[in-house]
Amino acid sequence: MDAFTLSRIQFAANISFHILFPTITIALCWFLVFFRLRHTATRGTPAALGWEQAYYFWTKVFALTFALGVVSGITMSFQFGTNWPGFMERVGNIAGPLLGYEVLTAFFLEATFLGIMLFGRGRVSERMHLVATLMVAFGTTLSAFWILSLNSWMQTPVGYEIIDGKFHAVDWLAIVFNPSFPYRLSHKLLASALTAGFLIAGVSAWQLIKGTANEGTRKALRTAITAVAVVIPLQIFMGDLHGLNTLEHQPAKIAAIEGIWHTEKGAPLTLFGLPNEKEGRTDYALQIPKAASLILAHDSDAELKGLNEFPGAHPPVAPVFWGFRVMVGVGLLMLAVAWVGAFVLYRRRKQDLATLPRPLLYTLVGMAFSGWVATLAGWYVTEIGRQPYLVYGLFKTADAVAPHAPAMVASTLAAYLIVYGLLLVAYVGVIKYMAEHPAMPTPAAPHPAPAPRAV
Amino acid sequence: MDALNWATALPLIFMAVMGLALLAYVILDGYDLGVGILLPFATDAEKDVMVSSIGPFWDANETWLVLGVGVLLICFPTAHGVVLSALYLPVAVMLVGLILRGVAFDFRVKARDSHKTTWNRLFAAGSLATTLAQGWMLGAYITGFQNDTWGLLFSAGIAITLPAAYAMLGAGWLLMKTDGDLQRKAARWGQGALWPMGFALMGISLATPLVSPTVFAKWFVLPELFALLPIPLACVAAFFAIRHVLATPRVVQAGYGWIVFGATVLIFVLAFLGLAYSIYPYIVIDRLTVWQAASATESLVVIGIGVAITLPAIIAYTIFMYRVFWGKARELTYGL
Repeated sequence: MDAFTLSRIQFAANISFHILFPTITIALCWFLVFFRLRHTATRGTPAALGWEQAYYFWTKVFALTFALGVVSGITMSFQFGTNWPGFMERVGNIAGPLLGYEVLTAFFLEATFLGIMLFGRGRVSERMHLVATLMVAFGTTLSAFWILSLNSWMQTPVGYEIIDGKFHAVDWLAIVFNPSFPYRLSHKLLASALTAGFLIAGVSAWQLIKGTANEGTRKALRTAITAVAVVIPLQIFMGDLHGLNTLEHQPAKIAAIEGIWHTEKGAPLTLFGLPNEKEGRTDYALQIPKAASLILAHDSDAELKGLNEFPGAHPPVAPVFWGFRVMVGVGLLMLAVAWVGAFVLYRRRKQDLATLPRPLLYTLVGMAFSGWVATLAGWYVTEIGRQPYLVYGLFKTADAVAPHAPAMVASTLAAYLIVYGLLLVAYVGVIKYMAEHPAMPTPAAPHPAPAPRAV
Repeated sequence: MDALNWATALPLIFMAVMGLALLAYVILDGYDLGVGILLPFATDAEKDVMVSSIGPFWDANETWLVLGVGVLLICFPTAHGVVLSALYLPVAVMLVGLILRGVAFDFRVKARDSHKTTWNRLFAAGSLATTLAQGWMLGAYITGFQNDTWGLLFSAGIAITLPAAYAMLGAGWLLMKTDGDLQRKAARWGQGALWPMGFALMGISLATPLVSPTVFAKWFVLPELFALLPIPLACVAAFFAIRHVLATPRVVQAGYGWIVFGATVLIFVLAFLGLAYSIYPYIVIDRLTVWQAASATESLVVIGIGVAITLPAIIAYTIFMYRVFWGKARELTYGL
């Protein structure tokens, strides 16, 4: 393989590994804020202990997840320079400030207050500790804001001019709030809520099965199921809006998603099939006549552009086609599980959750990491769907790569893959271990606050 | 100032911001990397205290690296490409090291007890690998990425020196944050790191002008030489201050252990100033000046506004956090 392909695989591996963890922490931190607020509101009642337990257990998971997100994120920031120097050389005037604002406004905020959130109980007042938790939640969300702004700008670039091949900013407001940004940001934040929600539900279900559940487990499970049951229809609605936005700005991506090879009126919706890029057709296609035109243009006879309109400028069809179907499939599964779960849960409001039907618990366990699958599949759709461009329609990915020896890139890629594989196993293993050993040390202030003294 | 002056001043300002961010990184992550390097020499109970002494800080400390490299990326994209492409392999080693030690922090207290030893080892190994790689990168950077024998030897020399310097910072940190046996051990570790650090610093200071004629020309001319003399002299003074405190337990007992950390920081700051003087006005020595590598002025203005507003806030809440965790570290609570 050449250095270009290897660098692409390496970047994809790095960013795929990285996104797993922020996808959890962005929303998990807001769950933690909720647990804390409930704990404060129920102080003095028996419920308070449960909220405290939920807060502590999930804070531990948060700390672990956050650490993985930080270290894999540092790797990301170096990849631009080591493998894609052409990106910053040509797009740096626009990408730079957006990344810079992420570091300045979000990274330091979350990293600093995380220390107080994790270790500061007893050293600061309860109110300050709550503020620290809020700051971390706010910081992670702000981080998503900036990075998705840049990512969206690469998909739908506006507000720039090109001088001597280099991009220059003309209108920063237009750049930050570019046409696909509101949709992509909402879609991502909701995806994070679903990922964290299904993780909490799955781990809690596992604790109920294993008999290691406590009052906190029940509160966490109820919160998570309620959250995902509310969020999943919103997400499906938002996903549809995002798709319409993509049709407007990136019709080649939609053509690949839908497997529309030739421009046609009343295009059918392909449910499944095997995209055959050589022959320019979908083999064994299972189709609903006119449905694609109906869904995408809200008119069963509307014309949809096919891949033939974008010779040499459309993405590879198969990964985009399949990524989309995996994402939608997992989304529909989430809808079913979330609503059945919510129905069962609220029917036995007064009963002990240990009597929840086993099949439901095992399904929830099986769905614990479903958010990861849907998130990765969705990102592959949108990022592979942007190819062959780095900045859509303007700057090709191949023009940004560093001319390293393939063997060198291959060696670092192998090292990253080994480390990432081991860490993924360790992460899931430790979460399972923690779920089975939910040691609940001293709640409330863990230790008395010492008087500050000089050292 | 008119536009032309901003075009001249902003790259310099950002060079300073980048340098200070990287200096902050080297000092702040330096002490927690140093604690990681010292970890294998401690008992299991002491390891918990050592890790807990850096637990609240390490994440924010590493963020300074992201800021430093971020400024390079944002404000000097051309230099960023040149520097990081040339440092491809050491950067990869450093990143894998940072990954391992960063996650080991969390895994070591959450995994089952039988795995704790493995995570402790990964924590120490990751800290050492990160430090070696950073030393190598600094060496390669100073020589302007010469790949000849002297250039490589110089890089290797700094690579094996930096662990001693970071271990010194780590020992100084532990003198402040611990007491009893561990504090006495920290003083011994500091003594062990002292002479290797001293010799190496001297060696590097003498070798730098020899591998780089540009640096030689900046230092060995009159009258600049006299103006620059305070830098090496202050370094020597700081060195002997460290030596005295480490060798005199009652000074540490009396609460002056911080002198070791403070004097080591002073040495780092002076070395940084010397380096900055040596390299200016280049960002990639002999190849790119700060102005040649800078982004468009309008982008620098946008990011400059952000820096002017947020950096004071970042410094303020960083100070707040150090005040919250002021005093001696305790063993970890509830496995966070």
